[in-house]
Amino acid sequence: MQGYFYELADFAWSKLEAGEIATASFQGEDSEFVRFNKSAVRQAGNVVQRELEIELIRDRKHARGSVTLAGGQEADHARVAALIEDLRAMIPFLPDDPHLLYSKEVRSGEKHGDNKLPAGTDAAGTVLAAGGGKDLVGLYAGGGVYSGFANSLGQKNWFSTFTFNLDWSLYHHQDKAVKSAYAGFVWDESALERKMAAADEQLAILARPAYSIDPGRYRVFLSPFAVYDILGTLSWGGFGLKDHRTKQTTLIKMVEDGARLNPEVEIVENTAGGVAPDFQSAGFIKPPRIDLISRGCFSHCLVSPRSAKEYGVPTNGASQWEAPASIDMAAGTLPPDRILGELGAGLLINNVHYLNYSDRPACRMTGMTRFATFWVENGKIMAPVNVMRFDETIYRALGEHLVALTAEREFIIDAHTYGGRSVQSGRVPGALIDEFTFTL
Amino acid sequence: MSEPIAELFRRVAPQVDFCSLRFVDEHSEILRVRQNVLQPVARSADTGAMVTVIDGGGLGYAATSDLTARGLENACTQARAWAARTARLAVTDFSRVPMPSPQGQYATRVGIPWDSTSLADKIALLQRENERLKIDPRIVDWEASLWHTRSRTVYLTNHDGHVEQEFSFLVPALSATANAGSETQTRSLGGRGLCRQGGLEVLDQIGFYEAAPRLAGEALALLAAPNCPTGTMDLLLAPDQMILQIHESIGHPLELDRILGDERNYAGTSFVTLDMFGTYRYGSDLLNITYDPTLQGEFASFGFDDDGVPAAKEHIIRNGILERPLGSIVSQQRAGLAGVANARASSWNRPPIDRMANLNLEPGTATLGEMIAAVERGIYMQSNNSWSIDDSRNKFQFGCEWGQLIENGKLTTLVKKPNYRGISATFWRSLKMVGAVATRNILGTPNCGKGEPNQAVRVGHASPACLFANVDVFGGA
Repeated sequence: MQGYFYELADFAWSKLEAGEIATASFQGEDSEFVRFNKSAVRQAGNVVQRELEIELIRDRKHARGSVTLAGGQEADHARVAALIEDLRAMIPFLPDDPHLLYSKEVRSGEKHGDNKLPAGTDAAGTVLAAGGGKDLVGLYAGGGVYSGFANSLGQKNWFSTFTFNLDWSLYHHQDKAVKSAYAGFVWDESALERKMAAADEQLAILARPAYSIDPGRYRVFLSPFAVYDILGTLSWGGFGLKDHRTKQTTLIKMVEDGARLNPEVEIVENTAGGVAPDFQSAGFIKPPRIDLISRGCFSHCLVSPRSAKEYGVPTNGASQWEAPASIDMAAGTLPPDRILGELGAGLLINNVHYLNYSDRPACRMTGMTRFATFWVENGKIMAPVNVMRFDETIYRALGEHLVALTAEREFIIDAHTYGGRSVQSGRVPGALIDEFTFTL
Repeated sequence: MSEPIAELFRRVAPQVDFCSLRFVDEHSEILRVRQNVLQPVARSADTGAMVTVIDGGGLGYAATSDLTARGLENACTQARAWAARTARLAVTDFSRVPMPSPQGQYATRVGIPWDSTSLADKIALLQRENERLKIDPRIVDWEASLWHTRSRTVYLTNHDGHVEQEFSFLVPALSATANAGSETQTRSLGGRGLCRQGGLEVLDQIGFYEAAPRLAGEALALLAAPNCPTGTMDLLLAPDQMILQIHESIGHPLELDRILGDERNYAGTSFVTLDMFGTYRYGSDLLNITYDPTLQGEFASFGFDDDGVPAAKEHIIRNGILERPLGSIVSQQRAGLAGVANARASSWNRPPIDRMANLNLEPGTATLGEMIAAVERGIYMQSNNSWSIDDSRNKFQFGCEWGQLIENGKLTTLVKKPNYRGISATFWRSLKMVGAVATRNILGTPNCGKGEPNQAVRVGHASPACLFANVDVFGGA
């Protein structure tokens, strides 16, 4: 795959005319998907996809286009040549772009994953065996994911990884279920069995009659998965330089009014510790880590090349979306065996659902509890809780009302597959929070 | 292209109970001008095919962009192997699904084709509209964009099915963001909520050329507006919020695959159960919902769904009573219920599942003025900007860009950050007036997410303005 991309890029450069520069960005995957419902197979299949994006630059003008690659040299050479012709024909009609920035420093690199994955059908068989007699629903997604960058200045970068992500739930009845996930690089049946057993234990509690609580403020423990979802929403408009300079950042109160989070809150874009590639589509290399929030205060923005040029600051290799791909939140001090005791009376929330801002300038988020959420009294799990809507600002939840972060963190490989399989990840602790607001 | 691919398919299609090939060739162009600067022009061409095999009770698929005979043959082999390996493990006996093999065509009716206006003229248009958004120093970000997609699909089956469809989609957008201190307000047109099939004539239809100064002025006005009050009051929703309300609290809960449990690990389940169809009171007598992929110009119109079922308009809710689910031919077989033609895939690389296409609220008889006059204490909300609902599609909370109080039958104070919350199962029963066709707008969204693997599809919604009684309303923090 790497050789094929580099050969195509070299072919593209052979089509350039004097005064033209070009970049090429490649995304591909070979994926097996097996979808389950009620411990049976709903849909199973595989997807092979490769996309090449070329940006043609002449002086301060440029145009960008992408094509699906067929995988054969004759067809793909024709597509690449046609794309370059199309882009070349466009450029005379475009104005100079004052914000054009591409990497002129050649920084090549490679990162190769080892393929130790089982065949999808084997994995599916194991899943169905483990879920036998239960109501298991979810998706097995596995296979190779590839990214590449090259430019006509001589830079070449390659990334490949071979991962699986079994994202699944065990249902008891109606909406009462335990969510779990098993993701990684080497399939281990015993690891899956352990996770299934752990889910089974929680399932037994879900059989108890559910509590319904009134709207109000409660002490809660948010699992690392719930915290990851909250950070995911915060990443939507929280950290990008463009959002900050146009006053649209949802952290505007930190920037304009001096609002602070709890000093224990440290958030980093940790490229070195994540799964995603360390290069982006304009060829810039990401630093190993970027401090986003330090000791509860805003630290640095994620800066795409375009924003860098627009606002006159250096880029730090962010994508055009200026959102973290490998978010990392520092651990706290709360040991696992003291979580329930410190929670005392309140809600143990394993998952949240459908988060959105309900007041962006105030960084207030709303969302739902989902899957295994339990009522805890005297440090003991009493019963499942019917779903509740929360509506709370980040400044209260991770600020004045944050009691503790857990000493242990969860490494979460993102399960999203829109367009392609995500290579985003997060390393996050759980959070014990007082007076968390529920509204419905 | 279609003849060669039909030829190739005939040559490589395996001898199985059922085999289909769905070819997609999609070309998009996005033009954006932000703060008077043209953003990188982006064109994309995405071409590939999915082969689906049903055999011996199993179903398998394989998607490939290698459209040579060898590539398609490999895909057929893989899809057949998946069907064989999962046949005894499947949720249903797929061989019992009466998959159609239709013949037919569909094409979007286009008034002014995208390519009939030069690239330079389209950029000039966006530059002009973009400049008109910057009316004040407090406008800190402003953008105008057009996203056009031309899509061609060919659906073939091993029983001589052959459908060709051509679509032209346009997603126009304008936005202005105003700021003062730590208060930031945005007004927008289009983008996430206003999209149609057609050509550049859509811009006239939606008032694109008149909107820029109004939007910027409204963003500035919101900076000075008081926070939306908290309380229980009547709620008048404009069509550009109604579509979100319909989408989240009628569309998704009525998707049959959710009811059958397929989505429980991701998008969620539904508070609706199979036994409710035919008897359940979903809303007041005024509530009439239709599934209509035949409405000319609506964003998700088509001639045939992605399992080859012909498009047809069907009542989903009639006079408040739930009639039928949004279930495709596969789900209908599994549930034993009549459904609609709604097997849809986001592209060649994802299998079809139950989706909304065009889900519309049928107009009533009230004018906007009559609805406002009927309110003693209430609020009028426009333009969604926040959406969240539980996994059973019951407890929702939505927010809008624009709110205006209604007091003693008149629109009065502008308020910012208007939000409301409710429960689907009871909310629609509080529907007390439905606007006439003159208040209706034909809208849609390009990114409705669902499915494992995930898929974002185009959805259309048409709705008049509607009035609801006794809704829980509140403002910002």
